[in-house]
Amino acid sequence: MPPAPAIRLRGAVKRYGPITAVAGLNLDVPTGTCVGLLGPNGAGKSTTMRLLTAQAIADEGEIEVLGRTLPGDSKAARAFMGVVPQQDNLDEALTVEQNLLVFTYLYRVARAERKPAIERALQLAKLTDRRASKVDELSGGMRRRLLIARALVHRPQLLLLDEPTVGLDPQVRQELWALIGALRAEGVSMLMSTHYIEEAARLADTVTIMAEGRAVAAGAPRELVTKHAGRDAVEVYGPPPRLAEVEAHAHARGWAVRRTGTSVSILGAEALDGDLPEGERRAANLEDVFVLLTGEEIE
Amino acid sequence: MNRPSLTGVLVREVVNFSAYWRATTFSSTVEPTIYLLAFGFGFGSLVSEVAGLDYIEFVGTGVVATAVLFSSAFPAMFSTFVKYKFQRTYDAIMAAPVDAREIVTAEALWIAARAGTYGCVPLLVAIAFGLDPRAGMLVVPFIAFTAGFGWACFGITIAARMNSIENFNYVISAVLTPLFLVAGTFFPITALPELASVLAQVNPLYHCVELVRHAAFGFEPGADAIHVGALLAFGAAMWWLAGVSMQRRLVD
Repeated sequence: MPPAPAIRLRGAVKRYGPITAVAGLNLDVPTGTCVGLLGPNGAGKSTTMRLLTAQAIADEGEIEVLGRTLPGDSKAARAFMGVVPQQDNLDEALTVEQNLLVFTYLYRVARAERKPAIERALQLAKLTDRRASKVDELSGGMRRRLLIARALVHRPQLLLLDEPTVGLDPQVRQELWALIGALRAEGVSMLMSTHYIEEAARLADTVTIMAEGRAVAAGAPRELVTKHAGRDAVEVYGPPPRLAEVEAHAHARGWAVRRTGTSVSILGAEALDGDLPEGERRAANLEDVFVLLTGEEIE
Repeated sequence: MNRPSLTGVLVREVVNFSAYWRATTFSSTVEPTIYLLAFGFGFGSLVSEVAGLDYIEFVGTGVVATAVLFSSAFPAMFSTFVKYKFQRTYDAIMAAPVDAREIVTAEALWIAARAGTYGCVPLLVAIAFGLDPRAGMLVVPFIAFTAGFGWACFGITIAARMNSIENFNYVISAVLTPLFLVAGTFFPITALPELASVLAQVNPLYHCVELVRHAAFGFEPGADAIHVGALLAFGAAMWWLAGVSMQRRLVD
């Protein structure tokens, strides 16, 4: 029998009054893989994360985490998982080391293991020389690294990352990607929600694209691109009237097109005939798929 | 409920306390002491004896309940609210194997332990001003702990049910201030009109005041059993309510 997947959702539904945040979601995270949960704001990513820690209870459907059925066995599952929240919730008055110490207790790390666990987490997050600094003295990037270290202090089998690099500058984002990449190489199963396409494309083995509470596509990034957007795209730049003309031209022929602010891209161009408008030919990418399937433009 | 979860939440509280104990200790001890001195000497110059006791002794024992209230209900209300609304601390804790009931229990125990300690301060001040120490006073920390546990759970319940910190004013003005004034701290509740004095008997602070006075001046087993029962019932009811309220607040 193959090992139980790290996460398995079938038909999960979560309603908040008249709003259905998660509307029949199916999601799999096979053990040892990193799955990117990609979707626009309001697609239900954060609610999905809350369902996985039983901070939200599903109205319908099945949820299993690390072989335990939620919400009943959620505490047993949480002992073996770590969560990196979107919003910083470190104890600001405490030092880096004290924040980690508190979580060795909360995560039930055995007494003899506590010190080595803290050292390992400090090293992983490259915060060893800042161990005595109070959290409110740290930069945004360091705080984010500490959040990750805190989630890893008990060597979890599964890590949930909710928008791990949102609001950080590009250099810090690269740093965090390196850290997440290293964990992935260690074999930690990961579910990472993000609305940054590049983040998902770089870090995830498979991507699930979410829109309006459902999975609209799932697969390896490259496969998703080939399946939904083809190999090549022709991107046409020009003034708005010209773009409207190109769009009408494409629609008339039933081609897949994608509008951005300053250009129109015709997807699957490699399979189209001769009357393609003049434009820049480029490889189709995950962003094209995202926009095509969710109907949303990204920032 | 299990112990590692309670320990984890307690450790978090204790480690955080090491960062802000000065401010907490200051407000929890100085305020009741001021009440004690102001009433004891100000009012005490007008009335020398109340209920057969020197007024400073009467107030000195009564203000223990005030110290308990100030070091339990108020910190519980504000810290719980700040933790879920602004610091999102409970999201962090509940990512670990801990549930809402365990959070409530551990935090209330910790606040109760503080109330048990700070509650003794007025008694020590009164002793400095001439109250005779008695062996019975050794149970005062336990009385203060028990009352403090109930008030901590009360504070957590209020915080869990309020959406804005401004709404605390209603609770403070309409509930806590009247209870604090008609607890028999500054004057015997028998001095109140009959209806008010009957109502005062359901005030948990009144039972705390009576127990502390009896600890200082001699126990009355029959009456004290009722007072202890009242504090335990208050604590149990509030603990249950706080757990339900926090579960509703923290889990969607």
